[in-house]
Amino acid sequence: MSLLHTVNKSPFERNGLQSCLRLAEDGHAVLLIEDAVVAALDGTEHAETIKNSAERLSVYVLGPDLDARGLPKDRIIDGIEVVDYDRFVALACEHDSIQSWL
Amino acid sequence: MKFGILVNEGPYQHQASDSAYLFTRAALAAGHEVFRIFFYHDGVNNGTRLTVPPQDDRNVVDRWSELAQEHSLDLVLCVAAAQRRGLLDADEAKRHKKDADNIAPGFRISGLGQLIEAAIQSDRLVTFGD
Repeated sequence: MSLLHTVNKSPFERNGLQSCLRLAEDGHAVLLIEDAVVAALDGTEHAETIKNSAERLSVYVLGPDLDARGLPKDRIIDGIEVVDYDRFVALACEHDSIQSWL
Repeated sequence: MKFGILVNEGPYQHQASDSAYLFTRAALAAGHEVFRIFFYHDGVNNGTRLTVPPQDDRNVVDRWSELAQEHSLDLVLCVAAAQRRGLLDADEAKRHKKDADNIAPGFRISGLGQLIEAAIQSDRLVTFGD
C-alpha cells in the first residue's frame, strides 16, 4: 500500500516532519505544504535528514506555498520536486491513502 | 475519483482553509468529484455568514459558498462543534431559543456520522488543519 504523507508544519516549530520521515515506509511519498515548505531548502539543519529520506521516499514541495513565503526554488534540495495544486491532486489519486501530519 | 475533504481549522487562523479550498478547486477542475467537505473543530467557523474581512483580503466564507453553488458541493458543519462556537442554522436557533442564526449559504449543520460516511463513500479523504 502506497501512502502520500502531507506535512504542513515547519520542522523548526513542530516535530511532525521528523515523525513522518521516521514512520514513512520505503516508496511512500511526502509532500511539504504550508510552513513545512522551509524544510525543502538546502543549507538548513534539517537538510541532511531530508536528503537521506529522499533516497528512499519521493519528496515533493508545493510551489505556491514556497512563492507565498518568498522562498527561492533554486535553493531547493536536489531530488525534491516542486509541484502545483494540480499535481497535488494527481499525487492524491496515485496513492492509496493520504496521511496528513498536522 | 471521489474526494472527501476534512477541514479542522478556522479561517484566517493559519492556512488550512486556503489549502483545502485550492485543493478542492484543483480537484474539481481535473474532473474529480468532491463528495463532501466536512468542517470540524474550529473549522466550523468557515461557515458563518457574518464575517466581514477587509476588502483587500480574500473572503474565505463567501469563497466556499460560491464554490458550493457552482459545483453543488455538500458543505457540512459538525453540529456539536458548531453549537459550542455559536454557529446556528434557523432550526437550531429556534430549538435553543436564540435570537439569530448565522450559517452561510451552501452550508448545512449535521452530525459526525456525515464525516464517517464521507470517509466510506470517498476514494480519498484529505485532511487540512492545524
